[in-house]
Formats: sequence, structure tokens, C-alpha cells
Amino acid sequence: MLDTLLPILFFSALALAAIGAVRRVRLWRQGRPSPVPLIRGLAAMPRRYLVDLHHVVARDKAMSNTHVATAGGFVLAALLAIAVHGLGLDSTILAWALLAATTCMFVGSLFVAKRRRNPPPRLSRGPWMRLPKSLIAFSLGVFLVTLPTAGVLPEDFGNWFLALVLAGVVAWGLGELFFGMTWGGPMKHAFAGALHLAFHRRPERFSDKHGGEGRSTGLKALRLEDPATKLGVEKPADFTWNQLLGFDACVQCGRCEAACPAFAAGQPLNPKKLIQDMVVGMAGGSDARYAGSPYPGKPVGEHAGEPHGPIVARQGTALVDAETLWSCTTCRACVEECPMMIEHVDAIVDMRRFLTLEHGNTPNKGAEVLDNLIATDNPGGFDPGSRMHWAADLDLPLMADKHEAEVLLWLGDGVFDMRNQRTLRALVSVLHAAKVDFAVLGNEERDSGDVARRLGDEATFQSLARRNIATLEQYRFERIVTCDPHSFHVLKNEYGELGGHYEVFHHSTYFNHLLVNGKLSLRAWKGGTVTYHDPCYLGRYNGEYEAPRDVLKALGIEVEEMARSGYRSRCCGGGGGAPITDIPGKQRIPDMRMNDVRETGAELVAVGCPQCTAMLEGVVEPRAEIKDIAELVADALIVDATAESASRDEAAEKTRRAAEEVTL
Amino acid sequence: MPHNAKSSSHAGLNVAVLVSVGRHPLTARARRADQDARAVEMALSMSDAAVHLIHAGGNGSDNEEALRGYLGMGIGEVNLIKQSSGADVVPALINALRDTAPQLVLTGTRAETGEGSGLVPYLLAEALGWPVINGLAQVESIEQGVATVLQALPRGKRRRLRVRLPAVATVDSSAPAARQSAFGPARRGELAARACASVPDELQAQWQVQPARKRPKRLKIIKSASARDRFKAAAAKADSGSGQLLSDVSPEQGAEAIFALLKEEGVLR
Repeated sequence: MLDTLLPILFFSALALAAIGAVRRVRLWRQGRPSPVPLIRGLAAMPRRYLVDLHHVVARDKAMSNTHVATAGGFVLAALLAIAVHGLGLDSTILAWALLAATTCMFVGSLFVAKRRRNPPPRLSRGPWMRLPKSLIAFSLGVFLVTLPTAGVLPEDFGNWFLALVLAGVVAWGLGELFFGMTWGGPMKHAFAGALHLAFHRRPERFSDKHGGEGRSTGLKALRLEDPATKLGVEKPADFTWNQLLGFDACVQCGRCEAACPAFAAGQPLNPKKLIQDMVVGMAGGSDARYAGSPYPGKPVGEHAGEPHGPIVARQGTALVDAETLWSCTTCRACVEECPMMIEHVDAIVDMRRFLTLEHGNTPNKGAEVLDNLIATDNPGGFDPGSRMHWAADLDLPLMADKHEAEVLLWLGDGVFDMRNQRTLRALVSVLHAAKVDFAVLGNEERDSGDVARRLGDEATFQSLARRNIATLEQYRFERIVTCDPHSFHVLKNEYGELGGHYEVFHHSTYFNHLLVNGKLSLRAWKGGTVTYHDPCYLGRYNGEYEAPRDVLKALGIEVEEMARSGYRSRCCGGGGGAPITDIPGKQRIPDMRMNDVRETGAELVAVGCPQCTAMLEGVVEPRAEIKDIAELVADALIVDATAESASRDEAAEKTRRAAEEVTL
Repeated sequence: MPHNAKSSSHAGLNVAVLVSVGRHPLTARARRADQDARAVEMALSMSDAAVHLIHAGGNGSDNEEALRGYLGMGIGEVNLIKQSSGADVVPALINALRDTAPQLVLTGTRAETGEGSGLVPYLLAEALGWPVINGLAQVESIEQGVATVLQALPRGKRRRLRVRLPAVATVDSSAPAARQSAFGPARRGELAARACASVPDELQAQWQVQPARKRPKRLKIIKSASARDRFKAAAAKADSGSGQLLSDVSPEQGAEAIFALLKEEGVLR
């Protein structure tokens, strides 16, 4: 009886899966067109899966082994089962291979079941809780029905009742694993995920055979030529089709949620829920069936959407509230952690673009900052003619006078900030000590456009970028050095699309070059323990984790690493315009980061970013001291004219004394 | 406050807002003028009112960019009355207002470019025979052709006025701030240009214009021993030693008092 039942089961499951696949593809095709190389994408998919995706999954060794056993066993078992039971190939070798595959899958499923017994809060429940049972049903059912084929049991073993029970178990497994794969069960991730890897909108982020690391973090430019087109994403259908496909690939593992600083701070954002909301919007419906952690402070079930309905309502609720989108610091921790390579930040910025460019609804100080950027080319609304006031005594060489220099020192908007001016002074003194031939743009420099772009104002970003590129075009320099990772990232990765290609260095990388080439000599560090905070825009965005640590090592500092450092570094809360939109939460992100610092017992945090400095220094005392790497290096410089500098130090000490505040 | 402007409906009300090209105080870049934008905001906050924007002036690419700033607030079009440079825009505006016959005309207190005398609303009101209110802070309600409005006085004081429409009202910086101007609608909105005969401003043509010299500021010397004293000094009212408050007096008496003051101050001789 099984001989007739099984082929029917297998082929009807396959047929239903095929119908489901067509329906699923049509859901994705609601999105905007986005050309992809079909064949090349599909050809690259296995490598992207086995190397890049596995590289992320393998950060959790136990889970990666579980997945290898279960998924590997399943793929093999499914193919063999279709041959053996579907097509009825009576081969003992194939049957034995199938037994081995199902055994492997069964063992994997047991580990999945173990994980699901007491799942961490970041994992979604709901349908995902039944997945291990379905996996066990499939592997066990297929194993048992294969035993007669393999010759372990006689062909006529058992009775019709046992056959029916077995067929039922196999049907359950097939229902979840074949049918559910395309009709929206937990196994959807395999189908959508495979195609998502093939047709990813950032193919350049994957590694290649030559060992290239593959990194693609710059936001993609919005085309502004046609006034009739809507700017940004208003409705789920306004995403490109492969973005929708990417959302559908989510496995709801919650690694993004665990890494998200806004979620931890109790701000109304959860990257996992956001992606699931996009899936809900793509198919139409309410989020009531979502079974993971909600946006902090926002109960599940109150939001609903449809493919051609707005994502954010002007009034009332739609799919997502605006404050959810504005909570993001664009730190990319979610993207870094995502085993499915989903691009959360791209999606958030796409939706912000619509809110800013079409609704004119940037919250809190957003509108003011954007107006300032338009009118004065800096977010603070300062007189652009006063950019160099901080350096009135430094006599910095101007590009306008020199026209040519080895290094163009990009100062950034920190020139208006008194704290950052200290860093800039330190940076300049190090460059002087190393006898670097450098020049600055002075008043010709403008904001890089980072904040405008991340607040969704692509028009202002492009205007600033184009004018900066035109300014840079007038001068000859070999490289740009900056102490602001945000400018660094934008100049390096986002100006290219607009025609500006430069070799850009963060000052820590440049210092490291100077040190390696023996251009700097430093005194040994005599202070206490030091930890280092990785800026998101230097680390995750540009992969520079080593140079700052090397510089600190050259200073004789042994870095006391925080639990979350390197690619897992926690954001300071200062990126993506988050301090400007200032969405309230239960605690502040910099406070959490300072707690990370406190855990190491470090007395000083070395940083490499003006935003991080400002955010971390905003934490109330007692806390560790915050110093930029440039300041640490400048303090340790051994300058030839030691006597002169010593006398100057003494004089400085005296003046400081004279100005000491007298408390009455 | 008894009334909220947003709660009452102004269906059928026709509001004209006169907008000008502004100029950023630091960089002198053309932008939407701050007070005019606040006037637009006030008009938009009156629910169901039909809002028309009118601009009379010369045309240049900078000007267009600035006027598009108003369109970005969610306005479909700005009526552009083209005038040659150096023209007196008041006659053109009078014609336009006679044509559109609004019940309420809103505008900023003074322009950020050009003469900036702040006289346009008064000249319009005089020519049209309408009342004029300055420093409008809020429109509370409009019932049967009578508007109840709040007028802003110095130091956050408010005065409730009842005024028969049609009327001209000017808005200063005490009105609610203008909403953000969005790039998309600004680009899509229409500048409906209309030619109109320009009346040259002959008086102005004879003037010589030069940048204003910064006037020296009188230093405020605060002798204080503590932070509390410094705070009190900073928060204190400016001295208004002399002066008198006239209320319930006839226009003649008021004019006499002003005349006397001007003589006393040496403005009139």
C-alpha cells in the first residue's frame, strides 16, 4: 500500500510547493523592478551560502553544527526520497544513502528540539515551536518507510494500519518541509533565503574565490532626476522586488534584536519585528500572528498593512510607527549579525527618505538640522565663514594657497565643537611632528552629508556631496585623512557613485602607517588601564578594527577589551541622526556603553570618532575618561625641541593657575 | 485657552497668504522667509480653509528655489505675479487681492529682502479699506464674518481681539514655527506665473542703498557676586522707567500723546 501512497504524497507535495512558489514569487514581484544577473546570481548562490552565510552562522558553533546536520541531511534526504519513493527507483544503495541522510537529519532535529525546549527570548515562537517536531516526523517517517526498500525489513512487513500511520507521519513532514516552504511556514526561509542570496541587491558584499573579504556598506543613491517619481518607500510595494525577497528570507533568529542598541535601550525598534512587519505588509494583514519580542512599548496586534497601503500613516497607525524608523542609529549591528544577509539599514533609510522628502516629517530637531545644512552647510547653523576660527593660532596650510599637498586633512563639522577642537589640535600636532605635508580646505569644506543622508534627505546629501566633489577636484592630493569616521565612510564609500573617488584614511590608520614607517616616536604609556570603543562607521562599515589597536599597542597600551568589541561593538548612540531625532526609550544607549566600559574596569576609553566622544562624555560621572586616539598619541609625542616645549608647558601651567576659579 | 484653532472648522473660508523671498541671516542664501512661512503655517492650521499663496516680485532661479520652499509645506501652487525689478509691488497685490477676494490676508511682518519696511500690509489695508492686525499669534475662531484672534504683545502677553473680516493680519516670530518643507512636493508644486503691469517705485529709485553699519551696543554691566544675582539680572525685565499706558482714549488724544513723545525725544522739531 505504501508503494502507491508514497509517490502520490511526494508528488502532490511537490506540486503544491510549486504552486506556492509561484504565489510567493508573485508577492515579491509587487516590488519595484531591479535588474539582477539571473544565471550568474544562481551560479554564485552555493558559494554565498556555504562560505558567506555559513561564516555568520558559525559564530554560534553549536547552532551551525545543528544547522549543517539538519539542513544538509534534509536536502540529501529530500532528493533521495523523491528518487526512491517518488520515482520508485528500487536501489539498495540509494535506500541506504537515504537512511544515512535521514539519520543525520534526525540527529540535527534532536538538537533543534533541545534548543526549542527553553528558547532564549530573541527567538520567535509560534509556528517555529513546531518545526523540530516536523523535522523529526519527516526524518523518522522517511527513515522507517525506507527500511523495507533497504532490505532491513521484509517488503510485506507490518499491516495496513501501520502503513497508514507511517504515511501520515511522512505527510506531516512533507507538509511542513515541502508545502510549508513556499506557502509561508517556518521553512520558507530555505526557499526565499536561497533566492535572496542569488539575487541580493548588494552582490559585492559577498566574498570571492580569491579570498576578497567583500564589503558593501555605502547607501545607494536615490535618483532625483525625475520630479514625477515618488522619493523613497511609502508602501511595501515601493521596495525593490529583491528587497521584498530579502525580508521574506528572515528566519526570526533574533540575532539582530540581541545586537540592536535601540532595542536594548527600550526604544520602539526591533529589527526582527521590522522585517516581519514588511513581510506582513507584502502579503497584507495584521501583525497579530507575530510571535517574537515586540517593539518595546508597542503591543503586537495593533498594526496592519497591505502591499499598496502606506507603511507609516500621517495620522493614526498603519504598518509601522514613524518613531520606530527614527530610533535606528544605523550602526549596522543587525546587518552584521544577520545570517540571512538581510539589509535592515537600507530598508530603514528608504522609508526615512519618504518621510523626509515627501511628508516633510523629520522629528524633533531633524527639520532644523536639515534647514541648517541647506542654508549654512553645517548641521549647527554656524557661519560657514567661521570654520577655521578654532585654528586661528595654528596657521594651518590652506589648499586654496598650496593647491597641492600629500595629505588633505578633512576636518569635519567637529570644527564647531569645542571638545572636538581638542582632538583636531592633537591631530594637527601629530601631523606636524611626523612632518607630513598636509593642507586643509578651510572655509571651502562643507558637511560631508552623512547626517542629511541618514535622516533621509537625499537631496541635501547629493547637493553637499556634489559641491564637495567639485571643491576637491580643484586640488591635487594623494589621500584624505580625517578623524571623523562618518566623513571617512561617506567620502570613501558614498561619493564614488556621484563621481568622487578618493583614497581616504581614518587618522588611526594613518597614524599606524606613520608609526610603521618610523615617522613618530612615542613615550610609553604611564596611565591606568585602557579600553577601546570601536566606532560603527570605522569598524562594521569599513572593517578597520586593527589599526587603532596597533596604535594603542605602539603607545604601550594593552587594551582591556569590552565584551562587545570589534564587529560586535555596541553603538554609542550617536549615529544615523539618532541624537537629533531623539526618540525616547527606557535608558540611553551611551549609558549602556559606559556600563560595558565599567565592566572592564578601565580608567580610560580610547575612541576614534567625534560622535562617540560626545555621546560617551555625555554620560554622568563617575565614569572612565574619554580620549581620542589622536589625543593619546599627541600626549605621548617625543618632539626634538624638548626644552622649548617644557618651558611652554610651564608657561601654560602658570596661565592655567592664574585663571583658576576661586570658590567663595 | 477656550478655543483651539485646529478644532474649529473654517469651511468656505478663503485665506490668501502673501509670501516673499527670504534671505538667510548668515549666508544670505535665498530661502522661504521665516515670518511668511509662519503665516503659511497659520493658514494651513485652519482646517478646511482654502489657502492661496501670492508672491509678487522679480524672477530669478534663486527666487524660484526659495518660493518652492513654500510649496514643500504641502501647497499645490503659488500665484506668481511677475514684476520687473525695482517695481512697487503694492498696486499689483491690490489688484490680485481684489480679484481673489479673500476674507483673510496673512503675511509676515516685514520682508527679509528688499526694502523690508513692513509697510506693505498697511498700504494694502489702506487701499482695500480693511482693518489690519499686527503680531497675530493664533486665530481662535471665525464665526459669521467675525474672527476672534490672539495678538502677541511683548513678553509673551496675548490680547484677544475681535475683527470683522475681510482683514489683513501680519505674523511675527511669536506665531507657531513653520512646518518642514519637503523636497518632493516642493519640486512638484506649481509656480503659476502671471504677468502684470509693473509700477516702478520712483521714490526708491532715487535712494542710495548701502550696507548698514553695525551700531555699537551699550554694554550691560552686571556687578554680581553670585550665580543667583547673574540669573536675576539676565531674567529681569528691561527698565522701562518712563512711559505711560493709555487706554480708552480717543484717537485724537492718542495722537497727541504720540506727538508729544516724539517732540520730547527730539524726533520732531
